[in-house]
Amino acid sequence: MKRRLSLRMAVLWAAGTLVAGPAWAAGPFEGVSVNILTFTGPQIAEPLQRRAPDFEKLTGAKINVITVPFSDLYQKMLTDMATRTNSYHAFVFAPQWLADFATPGYLEALTSRVAADKALQWQDIAPFFRNFSAVYAGRNYTVPVDGDFQMVYYRTDLLAQAGLRPPETWDDYLKIAAALDKKDLNGDGTPDFGSCIAKKRNAQSYWMVWSVAGSFLQSQGTRQGSFFDLDTMKPLVGSEAFAEALRVYVATGKYGPPDELNWDVGDSRSAFVTGRCALTVDWGDIGTLAIDPKTSKVMDKVGAVILPGTHRVLDRKTGKLVPCDRTTCPYGVHGVNHAPYAAFGGWSGGINAAAPPRVKDAAYAFLSYMSQPAQSNVDVTIGITGFNPYRTSQFKSLDLWLKAGMSRAAAQNYLGAIEASLNSPNMVLDLRIPQNQRYQQVVLDTAVAKLLARQTTIDQAVTEISEGWEAITNELGRDKQLKAYRETLNVQR
Amino acid sequence: MTTGRPREAPAVGARASPSGSVLTGPARALTARLGQQAKLLFLWPAVLMLVFLSIFPLFVSVYVSLTRLEFVPGGFALRWVGLANYRKLLFGIEQEHFLGLLAGPSPVQQVALGVIAIGLVVVLARAPRPGRALSGLLGRSLWAVAGGAVAWLLARTLLPGGRPGTLVTTLTYVGVGVAVQYGLGLGLAVLCAQQIAGRRFFRVVFLLPMMITPVGIAYTFRILMDLGKGPFAPAWRGLGLAEVSWASDPWGARIAVMIGDVWQWTPFMFVVLLAALESQPPELLEAATVDGADRWQTFWQITWPQIAPVTATLVLIRIIEAFKIVDLPNVLTSGGPGTATESLTLHAFIAWRTLDLGGSAAVAYLLLLVVTFAVVAYLRLVRRRLTEPT
Repeated sequence: MKRRLSLRMAVLWAAGTLVAGPAWAAGPFEGVSVNILTFTGPQIAEPLQRRAPDFEKLTGAKINVITVPFSDLYQKMLTDMATRTNSYHAFVFAPQWLADFATPGYLEALTSRVAADKALQWQDIAPFFRNFSAVYAGRNYTVPVDGDFQMVYYRTDLLAQAGLRPPETWDDYLKIAAALDKKDLNGDGTPDFGSCIAKKRNAQSYWMVWSVAGSFLQSQGTRQGSFFDLDTMKPLVGSEAFAEALRVYVATGKYGPPDELNWDVGDSRSAFVTGRCALTVDWGDIGTLAIDPKTSKVMDKVGAVILPGTHRVLDRKTGKLVPCDRTTCPYGVHGVNHAPYAAFGGWSGGINAAAPPRVKDAAYAFLSYMSQPAQSNVDVTIGITGFNPYRTSQFKSLDLWLKAGMSRAAAQNYLGAIEASLNSPNMVLDLRIPQNQRYQQVVLDTAVAKLLARQTTIDQAVTEISEGWEAITNELGRDKQLKAYRETLNVQR
Repeated sequence: MTTGRPREAPAVGARASPSGSVLTGPARALTARLGQQAKLLFLWPAVLMLVFLSIFPLFVSVYVSLTRLEFVPGGFALRWVGLANYRKLLFGIEQEHFLGLLAGPSPVQQVALGVIAIGLVVVLARAPRPGRALSGLLGRSLWAVAGGAVAWLLARTLLPGGRPGTLVTTLTYVGVGVAVQYGLGLGLAVLCAQQIAGRRFFRVVFLLPMMITPVGIAYTFRILMDLGKGPFAPAWRGLGLAEVSWASDPWGARIAVMIGDVWQWTPFMFVVLLAALESQPPELLEAATVDGADRWQTFWQITWPQIAPVTATLVLIRIIEAFKIVDLPNVLTSGGPGTATESLTLHAFIAWRTLDLGGSAAVAYLLLLVVTFAVVAYLRLVRRRLTEPT
């Protein structure tokens, strides 16, 4: 107990002094080595690797950042902890997987550490990430280092030239994409694309389809949820609304690059910032990548908007699409239902509960260091980090963004789109029930990939997803899954 | 003729051991006992190794295929689910992924299925050979039914309206891949067996693909086949094909995987067949030439029978290996578009990667069944061809 107390004091001392930033002869974690697992960079891994030597100089702790492809991250974490291999001491991962890691006790609860950590400035983290993403069953398990919302990015110069307005609905999106497709958008003499969306299987693309589906499926506010019926746990994908969303998603491919099905977010981002695409759907990364002078050909030519919405939404009683009105779309704007998707929940750091106590302390100190404003406020303005704003101060302080090279108008537009998503009363929460990875990363991802490859029709894809989700729900227990689903939406029945 | 000293006669009361040494009673008994134990001493390590490295995992994986992985506080558990993982693959939600989309019988498919049925009847109706018991007929029936099932699956999934699953995709990789590899390998071997200029150079060049890691080959082909950004992009653009993507078309992607596989494994066929061709007795070839046989006749009448045993073994090895194809579709296409290029091994790997260990083991066991059936059928076929008098 005394040892734990002294270690805690060491952590607090380290965390507190890190803010002041003096150099020490010997740090509190001299000789400690921390293995942190995350996904193959450059995004996310880059800032961890870049800042690890600085942290070592400050504290003595050696940080080893180990990376694996995104598709392997979940199982690497789970098998390492479940088999008690425990070769990784900490993780930077998707907080939506918390249910699978927190329930069996694999992850260390960080509630008391966070409460005692003044340097972290916890209250500065936006409530959504602080109170929802980082929390499971009332306890805090992660330290957010990133904020994630999907948005639509467009080329301001091209839309202005064509006399078009940014898309408000998905039909607008398709019209703009059609108008600008096969035109030379970057002046290199070759035709470019109206829309570029990462659609590769076994990557991060299954979030893209839900960005389209969200506004068709959820219109009564965040607590309504977009994945399952709140009474029966029946999947909403079996509805006319999801079929319509799939139609839109497939249609975007008409204006995309020929090998779009093999594109992950790295490809779509690269294509957009080199001027090859008029529109794209992505997290906040495009905003900062577009101001990187080394790679960007679209500096000050990029706008961002909240995800487009729909004029028709799902009526859950009939399973049919109905027009938007004050009753069916209480949060609609000009008859359009927007449902911004908090996809992924923002990369966050967690600690292996089985790690040695001193290593846990060092791991927490590093995660706190990465999230503290002194580091975070710089990292969120650098495109390659993959970190997007998640602290209130990052939304309020335009200076950060102006210093990073963004124009005032671009910064206001970019932050405005994220804030509009963050503050939306109809925000779509990501799935956080046990084994959500199987629902989304396996069944949904595979079925959508087959649809895009014309292996199946929309009706077949809907059936495949619906039956696949039902099978998982039945296997894991419908009541248990329903209870977990309601809890994530804070619904009491 | 003998050399050296003559062997001394054994002492009275002692007998020479088989090795020629002279031992007294207890020592002889001990030696004999040790001799018996020595067999076990040498045998058991190998048996234990086999049991632990091969048999034990085989049985454990049967058990795993009948369970589902669950994570529980402090670790994990395997919950017994019986045949659920197999049912899921053959009749449940994974049927389409594993077997493919079985389209309703169109007129073309009805004809194909009719041909298959007639073929089955013909096979079964063939009179048993003299001396063959009832087991022979049962064996023949079993093979006919299994072969018919494969043919039925191919017809239902490859003809219009159907869609191949990972099983049929794998069979396609094996059938087409091995046939093309053998054809090309034999052609190149015949060419390099000729007395032509630069034959040593070409032998080395043709061997190179076999020395490259499969992942490297997959990445190479991924770059080569990128029509928009690859090294041949200007040529494709000139041909107006820059907007075409093989990766978006199921058969385009499958063909790309097969091209990579053929490129990788043709050298194996080439080098073994070249050795077989060069080990032919030259007298036979010379005699054929003297008798006035042309090159074609010489090949079919002299060379082919000579290399047939090597061919049989070579194709057998490649069939077994080809069923396990995983690296190329994984790196080249990630199994896509959709699941179009997924092989059975990749299917099992993806299931394993998503922690469906039971499902993964079930796929692996069904693959084992298919490979066993294919190999035994092949062996029966070639053994008859190689042993029957022509």
